[in-house]
Amino acid sequence: MFIVGGGPAGLAAAIKAAEYGKKVIIVEKDFKLGGQLIKQTHRFFGSKEECAGTRGIEIAKKMQKKIKNSANIDVWREATVQGYYEDDVLTVSHENKFKKIKAGKIIIATGAAEKMLTFPNNDLPGIYGAGAVQTLMNIYGVVPGKRVLMIGSGNIGLIVSYQLLQAGVEVAGVIEAMPEIGGYLVHAAKIRRAGVPIYTGHTIKKAVGERCVQQAVICKLTQDWNQVAGSEKYIDVDTICLAVGLRPLIDLLLQAGCITTYIPELGGDIPPRDENLRTTNNKIYVAGDVAGIEEATAAILEGELAAISAVIEMGSKGDRIKGERQIIKNKLHDLRKGPVGAKIRAGLKKIRGIEHATKDRYSHIG
Amino acid sequence: MLQKTGIPTSDDLKKVIPPEERLKKGPVAIVECFTKIPCNPCYHSCPVGAFNEFADINDVPKLDYNKCTGCGMCIAQCPGLAIFVVDYTFSKDRGIVRIPYEYLPLPVKGQEVIALNRAGEDVGKAIVEKVQSSPSFSKTNIIWLSVPKDQLMKVRNFRVGDNNDE
Repeated sequence: MFIVGGGPAGLAAAIKAAEYGKKVIIVEKDFKLGGQLIKQTHRFFGSKEECAGTRGIEIAKKMQKKIKNSANIDVWREATVQGYYEDDVLTVSHENKFKKIKAGKIIIATGAAEKMLTFPNNDLPGIYGAGAVQTLMNIYGVVPGKRVLMIGSGNIGLIVSYQLLQAGVEVAGVIEAMPEIGGYLVHAAKIRRAGVPIYTGHTIKKAVGERCVQQAVICKLTQDWNQVAGSEKYIDVDTICLAVGLRPLIDLLLQAGCITTYIPELGGDIPPRDENLRTTNNKIYVAGDVAGIEEATAAILEGELAAISAVIEMGSKGDRIKGERQIIKNKLHDLRKGPVGAKIRAGLKKIRGIEHATKDRYSHIG
Repeated sequence: MLQKTGIPTSDDLKKVIPPEERLKKGPVAIVECFTKIPCNPCYHSCPVGAFNEFADINDVPKLDYNKCTGCGMCIAQCPGLAIFVVDYTFSKDRGIVRIPYEYLPLPVKGQEVIALNRAGEDVGKAIVEKVQSSPSFSKTNIIWLSVPKDQLMKVRNFRVGDNNDE
């Protein structure tokens, strides 16, 4: 089994497949396994059984240890998958070699990339994605600036604001275009009681600065998303942090001829797949953010589900493995059934079958 | 309102503040978790089973105030840092609020700090009565602050003043 991506979904898939005796190769572009988990200093939500209450960095350590102790798992670090060929051969650059792989089953868990926001001067030094800020601070111990304006009040915007405060950086405010806060209100309350104002119904109009960011201009939005004239506010900051969403990294799936379809609720173009996470290329399974943007707990469960489905497809029989697959499906269902899962549920419902795929912009049918 | 500002309103708080008779009896947890999110560590952290079992993991936690002993084991287990313990019986005119705290440097016992409310505004002075840390808290510290009793339902954070030696 070949797994592309060593984040929570890929690692969970590898651990599960190895448990069922499969030989696994994980390819990870970074020098460290864990993906976004290694920056997540906050405690995770979810069920106690799925590591809730545990910090992301601790979950990463647990998974890294299991991978290290498994004789069935081979890890290729600082390795990049270069291409997917028609005869289901993957090419990988690793340790200055160009390697070719023909795997039994492939799990693609490449994750997501940050979305950008268009506004004048958005290329000034001092404007970062929230993921970059987390990498700088939580991996390399470098603060991005002295005073930050956060754009976006989803969980990432709220959590990174909190991490900035912990690093001793002033957070001038969090702005949110929607009329209400996007992330969990407990995260919002945590930064609010530290004195950080949250401006809902506001957008960034432009960044101001000669050679780097010196000010951000924000303004109010009407319910129809129009800027309210005269509502501009100048905020002195040296850093603007964008936490405006993620987009699935589907490039490899496109190369492999998987159908993709545009589902805004899931972050953009995603691969339609069956309930066992198999894509329209029956060798390929998907798990984690590449299948639709969601929390890490869901990514871990999806990784396990994809791995078990692939193991069954490779010929493993019996009630035990099918029973375990059902348990994982039930856990995913429970995780998504509340109000915060509404968007995910709506997105999943919209995933259309192949018959509609020709309408989608990346589709290879025909 | 909470969804716009991140500050719970008095209506929100009414749902989670125990009745006065219970507050008079001694320390009790206040769970400031108002929206349905998939999360249940509080239930598992309680040694006396004071949290109702979650029928659905998305339910808002429900605490049985009469079972709660105010031990504070839930404070450092809540991923939202949304649980506080208040004690109106500390002294004649002062009470204790226990606050989850994840900033450095940690304050020290006896230190005077600036008490902040849920909006992060200064509401007066507080004295650090205890700094509780434990490997089982996984880097969340619990700071026991004493404040005048009429501020126990207001103070939810603090900052170390500019002059620490005051």
